[in-house]
Amino acid sequence: MRWECVIGLEIHVQLKTKSKIFSGSSTAYGAMPNTQASYVDAALPGVLPVMNREAAIMAVKFGLAVGAEINQTSIFARKNYFYPDLPKGYQISQFEVPIVGAGSIDISVGEKTKTIGITRAHLEEDAGKSLHEDFQGQTGIDLNRAGTPLLEIVSDPDMRSPAEAVAYLRKIHTLVRYLEICDGNMQEGSFRCDANISMRRPGDELGTRAELKNINSFRFVEKAIEFEIERQIEVLEDGGKVVQETRLYDSDKHETRSMRGKEQAHDYRYFPDPDLPPLVIDSDTLADIKKSLPELPEEKTARFICDYQLSHQEASLLTVDKTTAEFFEAVLEKDSSLTAKLVANWIGGELTARLNKESLTITESAVSAESLALLLSRVNDNTISGKIAKDVFNSMWETGDAPDNIIEAKGLKQISDSGAIESIVDEVLARSVTQVDQYKAGQHKVLGFLVGQIMKESRGKANPAQVNQILKQKLES
Amino acid sequence: MSITTDDVFAIARLGRLRINDKDASHYAESLTDIMDLVAQMNTVDTNTIKPMAHPQDVNLPLREDKVTEKNCRDALLQIAPSAEKGLFLVPRVVE
Repeated sequence: MRWECVIGLEIHVQLKTKSKIFSGSSTAYGAMPNTQASYVDAALPGVLPVMNREAAIMAVKFGLAVGAEINQTSIFARKNYFYPDLPKGYQISQFEVPIVGAGSIDISVGEKTKTIGITRAHLEEDAGKSLHEDFQGQTGIDLNRAGTPLLEIVSDPDMRSPAEAVAYLRKIHTLVRYLEICDGNMQEGSFRCDANISMRRPGDELGTRAELKNINSFRFVEKAIEFEIERQIEVLEDGGKVVQETRLYDSDKHETRSMRGKEQAHDYRYFPDPDLPPLVIDSDTLADIKKSLPELPEEKTARFICDYQLSHQEASLLTVDKTTAEFFEAVLEKDSSLTAKLVANWIGGELTARLNKESLTITESAVSAESLALLLSRVNDNTISGKIAKDVFNSMWETGDAPDNIIEAKGLKQISDSGAIESIVDEVLARSVTQVDQYKAGQHKVLGFLVGQIMKESRGKANPAQVNQILKQKLES
Repeated sequence: MSITTDDVFAIARLGRLRINDKDASHYAESLTDIMDLVAQMNTVDTNTIKPMAHPQDVNLPLREDKVTEKNCRDALLQIAPSAEKGLFLVPRVVE
């Protein structure tokens, strides 16, 4: 009998505000421990939280982008639990009335498109960090992160495979970066994900779920869910029951294991926080935020397909983050005679390969959009071949020199003079009697070999289209 | 509604309060009285009344997103029972 997995994700998005949600401390990452913890963050008696307007605006932006209802009056609640990195003994969160209500987002897996429901998104404060190493059996507490604004985005249990979960996670990741409400840095913990997973027979009621905590890369999300599905199937097929619990994914051992201790009795005893009256977003503010929304990934993809005649796949690759899309459009703006496909291929090919190799983002590219446009112009006007262009690109990357200077200095100009190409062709044909005979006997595959020889002879500089044409003429005459 | 001594111990554990067996039955009785009072309030029909999240009829004041706090680590660590390398030290938390 078949099993069906049911997956829901809770994504914690650290909002990109300068200061914390309820205090004026900096949220900058990587500061010395406890240097960005104020009296409010440390929960000294008598302090009061004061809400950061920008955090509310960012949450609304997200809500509008996923077509969600915005609760213009939302309520902060206390979620009570004891943990040393939460000095108040409660986390300020939202419970009954979150700022963002139900919405949805479309994901694509392969050819299939599917709508994933978003249950809600609520504002809350992040906790501090516990460090368990090096303190003679004690735990060190750093409160720099305590009070960083979080938007917790809760999905409906709509995903049915690890691939769908990853597609959804990527979609939200792209969206929050477009909206400029989160830097999306998973390593630094700005974008974190918990997964709720249960198994059932298709058509049955939902099974008991296990929660996988803090999975911090796209690759691990897929692996962790895959592992958890296998584990649950094994438990169920052995006649056992899945226990509702929190599990931690260990990427080294590729397994999930139960987190004991913190669990026991989940009873957060939520109640409205008396320190914080209702958060009200008036209609004017809401209208202003709506107006401020940027072009969203899906709109951009559609526009790229329509305006630049790109395939859906090409357009999606270019719009996966805003900076790549801007780079693409900057190249075309510099030289409008370039075809969008050529530019798209270069960005998706050489440029991305080089960026990945050096672990850089496109904004850190050593070759600017303007320089890439200049290089591609030289391919476009047949000064150099696409193949030579790759060498020029590498030189540009390493020296920062302009493409024309490199082409000139290295003598890379393409040979487009048919007389010159003809003489190279003649030379190669003269010493390739066997291949010429084979071609004439109908083995047209040897053409590739001959073209190769000619290109080699010209040190890659002969115009390939002309080489083909002249070669065929000569062989068939 | 009746609160048992088991409930009392469960609530005390959530609140990290240490109570002894002798007091537990006393607390159970007092809490039962409080719950009875709440039950009395529950008999009032409030279906047409919007729930109140805050006793005062005010909106949440909002502040601009500006860093206004300075590093006050030394002052905070000074009043901590134990600190090392700029961190608060607490009894080990089991993960």
